[in-house]
Amino acid sequence: METREQMNIVIVGHVDHGKSTVIGRLLADTGSLPEGKLESVKEYCRKNSKPFEYAFLLDALKDEQAQGITIDTARSFFKTNKRNYIIIDAPGHIEFLKNMVTGASRAEAALLVIDAKEGIRENSKRHGHIVSMLGIRQVVVLVNKMDLVDFDKDVFHSIRSEFSEFLHKVNINPVNFIPISAFHGDNIALKSPHTLWYDGPTVLEQLDGFANKKQNQEMPFRMPVQDIYKFTEQGDDRRIIAGTILSGQISCGEEVVFLPSNKRSVVKSVERFNVSPHNTAYAEEAIGLTLQTQIYIKPGELLVKAGEKQPILSSRFKANIFWVGKAPLVKHKSYKLKIGAMRIGVKLVDILNIIDAAELNIDTFKDQVERHDVAECIFETVKPIAYDTIVDIELTGRFVIVDNYEISGGGIILEGIADSEHTLVEHVRDREYLWDKGLIPSSQRETFYGHKSKFIVITSGTEGNENAIQDIGRRLEKILFDKKFKAYYLGVSSLSLGLASELVSGYEGRDEHIRQIGELARIFTDSGQIFITSVFNLDDYEAEKLKLLNQPNDILIVNIGDTPFNTFRPDASIEPDGAVDRVCDLLKKQEVIFDYNI
Amino acid sequence: MDHLDKLEAQSVYILREAYREFKNICMLWSIGKDSTVLLWLARKAFFGHVPIPLVHIDTHYKIPEMIKYRDELALKWKLTMIYGENSYALQEKKTFPDGNADRISCCQALKTEALKNTLSGEWTRYIMDLNNGKYKVDPKKEKFTGVIVGVRADEEGSRSKERYFSPRDKENDWDVGDQPPEFWNQFKTDFAPGTHIRIHPLLDWTELNVWEYIERENIPVTSLYFDQGNGKRYRSLGCYPCTFPVDSTSKNVGEIIEELKSGKFANIAERSGRAQDKDDGGGLETLRRGGYM
Repeated sequence: METREQMNIVIVGHVDHGKSTVIGRLLADTGSLPEGKLESVKEYCRKNSKPFEYAFLLDALKDEQAQGITIDTARSFFKTNKRNYIIIDAPGHIEFLKNMVTGASRAEAALLVIDAKEGIRENSKRHGHIVSMLGIRQVVVLVNKMDLVDFDKDVFHSIRSEFSEFLHKVNINPVNFIPISAFHGDNIALKSPHTLWYDGPTVLEQLDGFANKKQNQEMPFRMPVQDIYKFTEQGDDRRIIAGTILSGQISCGEEVVFLPSNKRSVVKSVERFNVSPHNTAYAEEAIGLTLQTQIYIKPGELLVKAGEKQPILSSRFKANIFWVGKAPLVKHKSYKLKIGAMRIGVKLVDILNIIDAAELNIDTFKDQVERHDVAECIFETVKPIAYDTIVDIELTGRFVIVDNYEISGGGIILEGIADSEHTLVEHVRDREYLWDKGLIPSSQRETFYGHKSKFIVITSGTEGNENAIQDIGRRLEKILFDKKFKAYYLGVSSLSLGLASELVSGYEGRDEHIRQIGELARIFTDSGQIFITSVFNLDDYEAEKLKLLNQPNDILIVNIGDTPFNTFRPDASIEPDGAVDRVCDLLKKQEVIFDYNI
Repeated sequence: MDHLDKLEAQSVYILREAYREFKNICMLWSIGKDSTVLLWLARKAFFGHVPIPLVHIDTHYKIPEMIKYRDELALKWKLTMIYGENSYALQEKKTFPDGNADRISCCQALKTEALKNTLSGEWTRYIMDLNNGKYKVDPKKEKFTGVIVGVRADEEGSRSKERYFSPRDKENDWDVGDQPPEFWNQFKTDFAPGTHIRIHPLLDWTELNVWEYIERENIPVTSLYFDQGNGKRYRSLGCYPCTFPVDSTSKNVGEIIEELKSGKFANIAERSGRAQDKDDGGGLETLRRGGYM
């Protein structure tokens, strides 16, 4: 059995330039309307004493019929001899720009409609710009309502030259300009007798001429790790790394790298359900992989192949962002970034310029990105992430930003920026510079308390060790306390009941907890105490972060059992048995505590 | 990859995204072909397992074969099978078949109300005991915050405007004019307390795609879709007082596909056998705003 080829097309343009009429025509002229539909719409028009229009075929919602404008993207289906189409009607009104984006995001080609009589309007340009940002390269411009300008070729040519120039600036080379009258059906399915001066294709011919998106088989392998499944209760002991391949291909036996953790393994099997097994998977497939070695990785990592071009790994990047949020995008506020399967905290570091999406004027003085702005910005994530630039691999160079539960902006990464100057480094430098010091120097506290201060972090990468490391932390506190040392244990979970109780979502909970523990440690160690905490599965970045935040004071990172780290070297790696005594020995060796004090 | 492969991959991606992001998630299973394909896609996404509970709203006016088929499949595939109902309306006989309600209010009571209160956990849920195939009261009463539904954009007007991930507010309202944007493959997976999300993995499928996929994957569907010798079959399944079979002699999946492609149904709306649609002015909008699927 063979299924027909399909293509998604979006239709965009200024309000009232006739997008819905074009679609209505396409449906009617290709015989794609279900029988019930035309009758029910005609019946509706009759009941409401309205003249029938093709546009009404799409305006299924009563609100829209009342207002006469499209407010949300609607999909319609039609077919030609070549393939099936889903045509997505995107609203032309600026208020509904986010709906237009949604429609255009799903399309492989765009029809941009301009009213011949009204000419190029603000949203003709804005939509052109956004279509370009969203990555649609096949664009055809329909100059509609030609009947209202007597099919004058000069009107058509002047719109063509003016609009070509604009599109060129936003990196679009339109495939074609077609003079049409959607209402009368000129050059939609049939060549119009009124435009003999035009020798190009009709709209239908043009659509059939579009090429289906190439699958990114030849590019480097990229697969965001969407989830890790283990259905042990159902008697299935496979540990499956699940995801959709964005580009390239993968086969059993190939070496893979997870980023940003940098952990490596070799593919053992490609998993699918109800398909005869085969050992290679290609771009666009939603598959599962099992690995030859058991390594601890988290959903959100980017899986790539060793020996292929690697993505950029850093926490800073320069991007173009299109903002649709209710509140403006501002600096110093925490947002959530979604790129591939990764969700991570992000901050706007700098606005390089704001581009008026319609006029392409550049504003370099605004200090926030407002709704419907396109801006070139620098962002920084709380930890390094893996990404490509939009030019290298489109699908791993795109992201969205979530503000207050809502997707508020979409962006494309223009270039990576190396991690030399973190905001965190700056923060610690400023904090130390401005620290309001008391009158007692730390040496005096050491003499008085009889020990030095220390921040002790106990971690483990052994599955199931969560409680064991908490227990070690508590027992360590007890032993030190019994020896009259000023020691204090804080469980991370206690934070979420007090200091961090305002946190609403889980994605940044851990990053925020790490930050708070680090800041608290700075205060505790400054007061001369031994501050103990336990964090399960601490990763390299988190360890570095704690170290940095505790500066200028000392930290001791102790790993129990399997290491959770990739390249980070903990101060000690010990087994659970006798761990408390071993940490005490270490403290003596480092001269934090002294035997004769007991 | 052919077109069905692409549709399948996108639906699997959406299902995995939903399973990852929502702790209390369920999938609505109407027993019809669409939600059965959805169930099959879940087995694809989770490598033969269905780690998401299936919820069926039983109006007690469903065609009896539907319930038999539901329970057989639930046992065979080891599903977490839950049903809910509007026991008040049924006891008080406030239904269309009892002559005490029009079609729309009957739908609202037996389906929409029942669904709302089953999802929220306020009304009793019944869960299948996989040891004996019998239902018992489900002790769990947590609200489902993510609900996977098998609606398709080509079914009727209002469904063509749905998002893959579509928020509903505390009152279950769907604000069609203010839906969240979906950039590329990033969907709304964050939601404020009290709200919930409807997830629509089949949005881009057509009726024909569904049948083609059923044929390709050999998915078991109820025999009600096939002509049993009297020249009639169901094209869309619902309650027997409001759903009528169509004249058709298609006896198997292949014949249905042929009929949809070139035969007499090529240009007739699928839900033309569903009486409540016509009573709602040709669209399901009024019903759907209130939470109808």
